Amino acid sequence: MDSIAGRKPALVWALHFSALALVLLWVFPTLGLLASSFRTNDQIRSSGWWAAAFPAEQTQTLRTADPDLARVAAEGGLFVVEGNLFAEADLSAPGDLLSWGVSSRDVDAYTPGTRAELAEGEAITVQTNGDYLWQGSAEQISGRGQRVFVTVTVPPSFTLENYRRVLLDPGNREGMRQAFFNTLTVAIPATVIPILIAAFAAYALAWMEFPGRALLVATIVGLLVVPLQLALIPLLSLHNAIGIGKGYLGVWLAHTGFGLPLAIYLLRNYMVGLPREIIECARVDGATDFEIFTRIVLPLSFPALASFAVFQFLWTWNDLLVAMVFLIDSSGQTTVMTRQIVELLGTRGGDWEILATSAFVSIAVPLVVFFTMQRFLVRGLLAGSVK
Amino acid sequence: MSPSLLAMATITAGVGGCVAYFYLSNLLLDRVIFPARGPNAGRNINRAAALRPWLFLLPALAALALYLAYPVFETLRLSLVDRNNDDAFVGMANYAQMLDDAKFWEAVRNNVLWLLIVPAASTALGLLAAQLTDRIGWGNIAKSLIFMPMAISFVGAAVIFKLIYDARPEDVTQIGVLNALYLQFGGEAPIAWLTLPFWNNLFLMIVLIWIQTGFAMVILSAALRGIPEETVEAAIVDGASPFQIFFLIKVPQITGTIVVVWTTITIVVLKVFDIVFAMTNGQWETQVLANYMYDKFFRAGDWGVGSASAMVIMLMVLPILIWNVRNARREMR
Repeated sequence: MDSIAGRKPALVWALHFSALALVLLWVFPTLGLLASSFRTNDQIRSSGWWAAAFPAEQTQTLRTADPDLARVAAEGGLFVVEGNLFAEADLSAPGDLLSWGVSSRDVDAYTPGTRAELAEGEAITVQTNGDYLWQGSAEQISGRGQRVFVTVTVPPSFTLENYRRVLLDPGNREGMRQAFFNTLTVAIPATVIPILIAAFAAYALAWMEFPGRALLVATIVGLLVVPLQLALIPLLSLHNAIGIGKGYLGVWLAHTGFGLPLAIYLLRNYMVGLPREIIECARVDGATDFEIFTRIVLPLSFPALASFAVFQFLWTWNDLLVAMVFLIDSSGQTTVMTRQIVELLGTRGGDWEILATSAFVSIAVPLVVFFTMQRFLVRGLLAGSVK
Repeated sequence: MSPSLLAMATITAGVGGCVAYFYLSNLLLDRVIFPARGPNAGRNINRAAALRPWLFLLPALAALALYLAYPVFETLRLSLVDRNNDDAFVGMANYAQMLDDAKFWEAVRNNVLWLLIVPAASTALGLLAAQLTDRIGWGNIAKSLIFMPMAISFVGAAVIFKLIYDARPEDVTQIGVLNALYLQFGGEAPIAWLTLPFWNNLFLMIVLIWIQTGFAMVILSAALRGIPEETVEAAIVDGASPFQIFFLIKVPQITGTIVVVWTTITIVVLKVFDIVFAMTNGQWETQVLANYMYDKFFRAGDWGVGSASAMVIMLMVLPILIWNVRNARREMR
């Protein structure tokens, strides 16, 4: 049909262009976070992340070598200190020096190679590659090294240090490593447990005849949209009353309860669509409902089970509210990543390298699940949106 | 016990418990209670068949009743009593107190704004994205990338957008894209977008629109592909322009799906909590009902007003709930 009418080349280009613009607009925010997580705090402060892939101009404060150690006597009673600013400051990829200065009020006073008079008889010269020559009388060339402000073009550089610090450094204050495992501990049982419970119920609602079936299905559709906000206080009181209190057991139970309507709904819709002949043949051959379910329906329903599992995993992994209410107690030992990130937003709002890295650690797992299981997610969405 | 061991034990106990329950209860039903032998074999088989569905449904129904149905009624009760006075019935006092609270009205106003803007914007953008990506060769990649924010948590999205809205003092480099662009295009001083009353609501909404557009796109794209080609072909033969085809031929045919997408996003909006909690925590006039409720419950410890506001959310969901149930019942027939 694309070849029929109304397909001018200009229109096709416009189509591609607008689609590309839309995609870029949608990817851009995430890209910002990803890029920032690979930059140092200095880099993040000195330029926007969108400039990270280009060489940046950066002003650094460096110092010459300690004159008392490094000075050598030159002719005329003068002393000289020679060296390389970058090498002495231990900068691995310094880039080119654009300009330099000796006063914080005028950091780019001199071009490379010019000679700056610091005082009567005292002068310093800095070259493009950072080599310097500082000379003067014995008193002038003493004390601390001369401070030099250099403006350099820094080639783009990225670091894994943030990730090392957030994930591997046991002494860090962010606690993301612990939170990562806590989140995993919440998400996996909360994904696995509802599946079987829901599958049996879905089978009963799809393939077993009993009075009140239609009413039950309608009730479950209704429960799909009940805001879980209503459940917070009553259930927390209940958990406290029966001794579960705040903890993993409580959060698993809560997630199971909240996930069930969607699970039953998705699985029932899928199971209803299975071919009637297979199930009736099995019945005629004398299989019980239990056997039909475990041997035939459950294996055939794998795509729907996977859809729900993906949904429930994403939801429990990304959840903040349920974890805050049912899990996280004052000890802070059971905190999850979302909670930890909100905490960091409050207390470390300026430390973007830590924030970005922590956020990305928590986003990475859902993204992997998303890209590997996308077709199940799409299938689930198409089946799960109430028609 | 360490949490990971506890998790393993729980999975084993949960799954094993389920399997054991279903297997043993079936066994019990068939062998002990209504055995299919003896003088009453026929009657027993019928009775077992009548009972079995409830056996299958029991765990799910129990969990649903306890975790979703019971809380609705318990919240209703809590909204009518005074917790500090031995749960004495106080009628509508909690509601009256809530209606007197300026923060509540701020939350209602903002929620209405969210309800008007987010579903509309997400659906419109989703429709646009679906239409654009359906007609190009690399459409599937484009779809994946627009769909991707669905996998990102609201909290993660909040961090992402806080970086975009970041504002720094005038004399240093701006690291927030929005301020960098704003200054580039003639803005005088960087603006702290999230503290700008009224408009900051929009900046929070953008986060949810960014997340939900992919969802709308996926559903609408499937609906667009389901449109019978003859209708479009007939329109082309009749000389309709691409815009006419889209708005007059395609959109009317997927109205049902658009409504579904719209209501689904509406439900999400009504429950929006994480984004506001993480980005502004309801300061600078950005309060929404879900966060107001959380505030009342867990900061002020006021269960009466908290429950009352939860009931307001429930009330707003109710029309959609009824509509969904009616549709489902119609489909069942």
